[in-house]
Formats: sequence, structure tokens, C-alpha cells
Amino acid sequence: MNPSHEARATSTVSFAVNGELRNVRVHPMERLLDVLRNELGLTGAKEGCGEGECGSCSVLMDGLLVNSCLVPVAQADGSNVVTIEGIAARSLLHPLQQAFLESGGAQCGICTPGMILAAVHLLEKKPQPTPAEIREGLAGNLCRCTGYTQIFEAVAKAVQPRVAR
Amino acid sequence: MASSNERHIVGTSVPRKEGRDKVTGAARYVDDMTLPGMLYGATVRSKIARGKIKKISFDPGVLWDDFVVVTAKDIPGKNCIALILDDQPCLAAETINHPEEPILLLAHADRHKLRKAVEAVTIEYESLPPVHSLEESEKQSTIIWGTDNVFKKFLVEKGEVDSVWSQAAHIVEGEYFTGAQEQLYIENNGVIASFDPQHGVTVWGSLQCPYYVHKALLALCGLPENKVRVVQMETGGAFGGKEEYPSMIAGHAALLAMKSGRPVKIVYDRMEDMVATTKRHPSRTRHRTAVSKDGKILGGEIEFVIDGGAYATLSSVVLSRGTIHAGGPYYWPSVRIRTKAVATNTPPHGAFRGFGAPQSLFAMERHMDRIAEVVGISPIEIRRRNFLKPGQTTTTQQTIHEKIDLDSLLSRALELSDYHAKKKRFAVENKTGTRKKGMGIATFLHGAGFTGSGERYLNSLVGVEAGADGVVRVLVSSAEFGQGTNTVLCQIAAEALDLPYENVMIAQPDTTVVPNSGPTVASRTAMIVGKLVQSAAVGIKRTLSNAGLLGDSYTPEQFRTACREFIAAHGALKSEVRYDAPPGVYWDDEKYRGEAYAAFAWAVYVAEVSVDLASYSVTVDDFVALQEVGKVLHPVLAEGQITGGVAQAIGFALYEKVIWQDGRMVNNQMTNYIMPTSADLPPIRVFFEQNGNIHGAHGAKGIGELPMDGPAPAIVNAVEDAIGVRFNSIPLLPEDLFEALQRESLEAVTSSSNSTRGTR
Repeated sequence: MNPSHEARATSTVSFAVNGELRNVRVHPMERLLDVLRNELGLTGAKEGCGEGECGSCSVLMDGLLVNSCLVPVAQADGSNVVTIEGIAARSLLHPLQQAFLESGGAQCGICTPGMILAAVHLLEKKPQPTPAEIREGLAGNLCRCTGYTQIFEAVAKAVQPRVAR
Repeated sequence: MASSNERHIVGTSVPRKEGRDKVTGAARYVDDMTLPGMLYGATVRSKIARGKIKKISFDPGVLWDDFVVVTAKDIPGKNCIALILDDQPCLAAETINHPEEPILLLAHADRHKLRKAVEAVTIEYESLPPVHSLEESEKQSTIIWGTDNVFKKFLVEKGEVDSVWSQAAHIVEGEYFTGAQEQLYIENNGVIASFDPQHGVTVWGSLQCPYYVHKALLALCGLPENKVRVVQMETGGAFGGKEEYPSMIAGHAALLAMKSGRPVKIVYDRMEDMVATTKRHPSRTRHRTAVSKDGKILGGEIEFVIDGGAYATLSSVVLSRGTIHAGGPYYWPSVRIRTKAVATNTPPHGAFRGFGAPQSLFAMERHMDRIAEVVGISPIEIRRRNFLKPGQTTTTQQTIHEKIDLDSLLSRALELSDYHAKKKRFAVENKTGTRKKGMGIATFLHGAGFTGSGERYLNSLVGVEAGADGVVRVLVSSAEFGQGTNTVLCQIAAEALDLPYENVMIAQPDTTVVPNSGPTVASRTAMIVGKLVQSAAVGIKRTLSNAGLLGDSYTPEQFRTACREFIAAHGALKSEVRYDAPPGVYWDDEKYRGEAYAAFAWAVYVAEVSVDLASYSVTVDDFVALQEVGKVLHPVLAEGQITGGVAQAIGFALYEKVIWQDGRMVNNQMTNYIMPTSADLPPIRVFFEQNGNIHGAHGAKGIGELPMDGPAPAIVNAVEDAIGVRFNSIPLLPEDLFEALQRESLEAVTSSSNSTRGTR
């Protein structure tokens, strides 16, 4: 449960977001998700369930995929956070973003930021995942629109260029 | 230079219009929006299922002066959610009819203070006896709605069903049940409302039907049409769950905004969304079928009952679709279909992809396997002998004019799924081990567009306009919520105008900008609205050509010049087209007879399952979805509709169980209401046949709801094929399997019968 604002002491939390150092004065138990969305204006991470089940609030924290709705911001102090807004190289989409776009991996789009970050994380661990590894690797992120098929296709497509090399 | 013969946009997989924003996180959903001075709203809800409000008191420990408080007394207009019968209040004033019914609203600038404040409002009730099941409601010992607990009844009659029983070689009976299902869009319901006396109320929200919300707000707020504006934000999934409920939450935010004079945001958290908003209607279907010796249906009686919850909302329409689909894709020489929607003291059940058809088709397709067993022929053969053929009539006596050949559709699906070889293999392999495998099929149809005279009443209007820069804008109230509305309608307009896809945009649905092209429901957008967009786009071309500004073939640059010159001379370039019912379509609302739908989509689905007798779990190992949906306008989007629908229907069959306690959903979290993850689903293999359809844009039919209808019966048929136990109720969870198999082994001790045993 969220403590009420007036009674809450704030403190400064510093962490890198998408490569830029940010300092925020918030209650240390504020959820990382809320800090990203409300304090830093990074609304790409979404709240789907608020209990770490759906993965739509997924971000990368020091290279790990975390549910930002479960992370008290104090825990992010000193860390390096990457959100969906930090995935594209300016106007050039990340290969996964491009593949999601082409393969129908995004329908309503609400799970998409988290799903793409989960896929980024998967490919960092396993650059050439098998279909079973893709299936397992994304099982923490729920999608209600696609039945996942086109998401798997998107991930497979994004790794293809490396296969060709 | 591309001429009209060269530019093929329809039928290709162009990039989704709003896709780039979705993959970069830039897409704006309602919770991503903040307005200056905005308050947050919360809802105080009923803790009882039925009764009277005696007293409302406020804990003096809270600084109530800081809160905006709204009760039914603050409603400027009529206290109802205007829809069909207007029986549902926006805020309960005296009477409570279901748990979680909204009673009082609070708003505060600090959203963290709201939860405690909600708890600090105490409501005292006088409880009345509630009704919590369809069966209880039917008994009518407690009347909770109208005079008989019945929202709506339908009777469909064809031929002389009473005379067929004596000619029947077999009379096959069955009773089938389906449970409630949560839409579980990943974005919860949410809106922002603002108010000022000059402009009236504006609502931005996650919604499917801007003009439904508009209509509801007019009545609730007592404002004239031009003082209510509804804007659809990017919408994170809907599936029917944002068809009627947004009128409620928009009403709440609007009331708070009107009272406070400040913008108010209400976004539900997951638990509130699941406990308080609509779900799929639970159902019970009874079949009694007269069948000839060789397996031909002679006639039958079907009784279909759905649980509508506490208020009428859309139940009559859900019932209608369930009624019309109840006979499946089969020829019934005679039939009597009696259906009703009844009241219970649960939150109202509502629209959900398929809209009554998945329920009655589950029963029909399970029943076909039952008939096959009684007659002693295969599930395939029973279907072949009864398929509707062109020239024959449906249960509502609609003649099938489409060139559908269900026989070959079935043959192709069996081939694609390797059905016969697998059946043979499983028959051998199932003799040993604890993992039993089975194959199941479902054949079905889904009507596209509103039922009967529905499209005529909707009287949809669409617009297409071109700017001086040659960019074309499609103006419709049809909402994008993942299914691809934006993309498909732009494709249709671009092709009609012989312009690149990139030169056509779609307006954000905003009731001050777009005309009422009807609600985004009933698999009607591509077919009905698409056709209107096509005509309106052609209208632009005709206008320019009549003005002597455009020839038969032109480049985008020539089009732009023509637009610029036309607009310089006339001010604007816009074309509007209104729905015109196709001639010869006849529907009798009284007798429920005639042309129910302008077109049907047809499908054969095949499920391959494993039943693990050690863990009592069912896994779908392979799934073939073959359908005839007319022209496929966008292959990637169309496939995405099918895979997504099949996944949702696998959830409906095997995972998703709403647990009710005194009319309230108690597993209202994603941790205990289980939807399929990527690890739970089989490869979903999608195939299309494209026969075309004269009523739709480029021959398109509806596609969105179809895939919800077939998977559940195909899967349960496959489970029976694997282990020989008959299940007639979904969801089918491991505990149900365990119970049935325990009973089975007990019965085996006392009975030597080898036949399949029935179970709920």
C-alpha cells in the first residue's frame, strides 16, 4: 500500500536512465514504475497488474529484466536503467522494434514495450535462441492480443541477419 | 507511375499505421496523459449483493473538505447508463443489485490518499435475499428484475419439429455449460474527464465506441449534443470489454469533473477492473435432437440460457447472437430454439468477442460428437452429412447464397492437421503410458455485422477528406484497439484513390471531428465500415474528376495539385457516405426469421491434445485454424486476429475460471485468474480460403470474433477422443479431470460397461 504523501519523507535517488544520469526527490518506497512515468515522463512502461505478473512494466536494470512495479525506487539508486524509450538509436529502430512492426508482434501495443525489453534481454543472454528458448524467455510477459505467434516470429526475424553473416 | 491497375495495397501487409509509436513506447494511452490541476477519482462500491442503502457515514479522521464527493443526488441528468433499457444506474441511490455496485465517488489531487478515503466511507445496508445462479433465477422464487427475472426471450421456429420425434432412429440429448470469462485486456479501463460551462464535458478514454459514451453522457449530464465530446485514446486491448463499460467510468469521471470544475482521471487497477467490470455471460444449453438411422438431423429443440447479471445492459443482443448461432453450420429441416437471458445479483455480464456465439456453438459442437457416437459414425462423417449447402436455409430460414463448400473446407483442415494419420498413431500409442493423445474438430460459422435490421438502425456515416497537401484523412468513429482498424481502413481508401498508403491517414476518433460510423463491434468494421470508406474515397475522386481537375489515371502529385485547386475554389474537399441496406434483405424482428447476417465467415478448427493422467493436465500440442473469411485485406493482421482469438479461446476452454462467492469474483488478480502465457500455447497454424463477399469492401467479411467460437469445443472433443471421458462444461481444469477420472475408476469397479461416461 502506498503511504500518503504528506507523511512521507523524500530523499534523492540517482540512477542512469537510458544513458543519462537522473536525480529525483521522491519517497524511497515509491515504485520505480511511478517514478519513471510520473517524475521522468517516460510513459512507455505500462502498469497492467501492479503485482509483477504481466510484465508490461518491464525495464532493464543493470542488464536484468525487472518488473518496475515491484521495484522500490531506492533499490534503483546507483543503477543503470533502460526503458523502451532508450532502445531505438534516435530515429533508427532497434532490429527487434522493426521486426515487431513488420511481423505483427504489436497489436494493441500495451504489452509491447515490456515484451520488446524482454526480447532484448533474451537476445543478450542467448543471441541465437531456439524456438523453445524464445517461448520460455518471453513467458513472463503476457500478451492478450497476439497468441504470441507473431511475437515469436518477430524475435526470430530480428536474429536472422546475424545468422546470415 | 502507378495506375489503378498497378497499385495493390489491399491484400498486402503494409506497416500498421500506429505501429511505430507502439514499438517505441510513444503511443499515448489515457494513463499516459495528465492535465493541469487534474484530480484522481475513486469509486466506493457495494459490499453486499442485494439490498437497500440505509446510511452513508464518513470517518471524521479524514479531511473530507479536501475531497470532491459525488453521490446519486449530484447527477444533473438521468441516473442511468443509457444503452438499451436504461435500467442500470450510474450510482446506486437506494437499491443495491450486485456486489461492487458504484455508490459514491471521491476525487483528490493526491491519488495516494484515495484508497484510505474509500475505506473511510461506511455504508450501512439492509440486505435482501440475492440470486446467484442461472438455475436459481429461473425458479423465480426470488424476483430481482421485472416480474420474472427475464431480460429477454427469443423463439426461433422452423418446420414442424413436433412431428419429427416419431420418425427418428435416435433421439440424442445433451446439456452443456460455459463459464464466465474475463476479457483481460492488459490496459485496464480508464478515462479522464474535464468540464467547463462553455464547452461542456470532454472525456478522453480507453474505449471501443465513442458514440455509445457520447449518448450515455448526454443523458447523465443533461447536456445538449454539442456540449459533450468523447475522444478515444490509444486503447490497450478491448475484446468487447470496452464496449459498454466505458460509459460507466466516463460518467463517473464526468460527474466528478462537473462538481469540482477540474479534470479528473479514473484509471482502475487490475483488481478493481476484474471485480467490477463486465465478463462473458455464463451459459447453459440443452439439446434434444431427432436423427435418422444414417445420421441426418431431422429436427431438434435447443434451449439456450445466459446469465446476464444484475442489469439488462447488452444481454438481449448477446442472447440474439447466441440464438442465431445455436444451430451451427448445419441444415435443420425443423428446429425450435427457445432462449432467454436471466438476471442474477452479480455485476452485469457484457460484450466479449463472439458475443453469445462461443457459448451456443460450444454446445452444438460437443453435441455433434455426441450424436456421432450414438449413431455410430465418426465426428467427421456426422458433420459431412449435415453441413449447410448453398441454397439451403439456416435456422432463421436465411437462404445461403454464398458459394461455401464446407465439405472441402473440412477435408483440407484434416489434411493440414494430418488428422487421419495421427488418429491411427494415437490409437496404438494410447494403449500404453499415462500421456494420452486425441484429436478434436469443430466446424462453425460466424455472422458479420449487426444482426438482422441492426445495420439499418445504426445508419452509419463515414467521411473521407483530402487536404490541399493531397493527404487524405479517413473520418470514422471506428476505434483501433489492436485489431488493425487504422491500417485496414487506410488501405481501402488508398487503393480506392490510387494513392500510396503513406498518403492516407486516419483521424483520431473524436466526436467533434468524426461522424458516427457505428460502434467498433460485431466483426463489422472491415466489412461494413470498410465498404463505406471505399465509397466515400471514390466520392473524392469523382468530385475532382467532375470538376475537370483529375483524369482517369494520375500520379500522387497530380492528385495533390487537383486537391489544392479544388480547395482554393471551394474551401474543402470532403465526401460522406451513409449506410444503405442491400436490397432484398429481409428480417422479421418479431418472428426472428430472415436474413440474420449479410455474410457469414466459415471455419474448421482441429485440435491435437495430450491428457496427462499423472498431473491431470491437458495440453494443446497443435492447432489448425482454417477459415473462409472472404478477401483477406491484410495477411499479417488477419493472421494475428486468428492466433489471438484462438489463444483467448484456449484460455476459455482450459485455464480461465472465474470463482464466484456471493456474486463477487474472488480471484480478481492475474496471479489467480490464469490466462495462457507463451509457454502454454501450441503452434497456432492459420490458413485462409478466400471466396469473397459482395457486401464487404473488396469482398471482406468479419474476422475478429470467429476464432473465439471453435477452439473450446475442438479441444474438449479432443480430450474425449484421448481418454473416452465426456466433458460438457468449460473451463475444464485439472481438478475437473481428476474428479471425473476418480469417479470413472469407482464406477469401473461396479460396472462392466465400456461406454463413455458423461460428466459435467
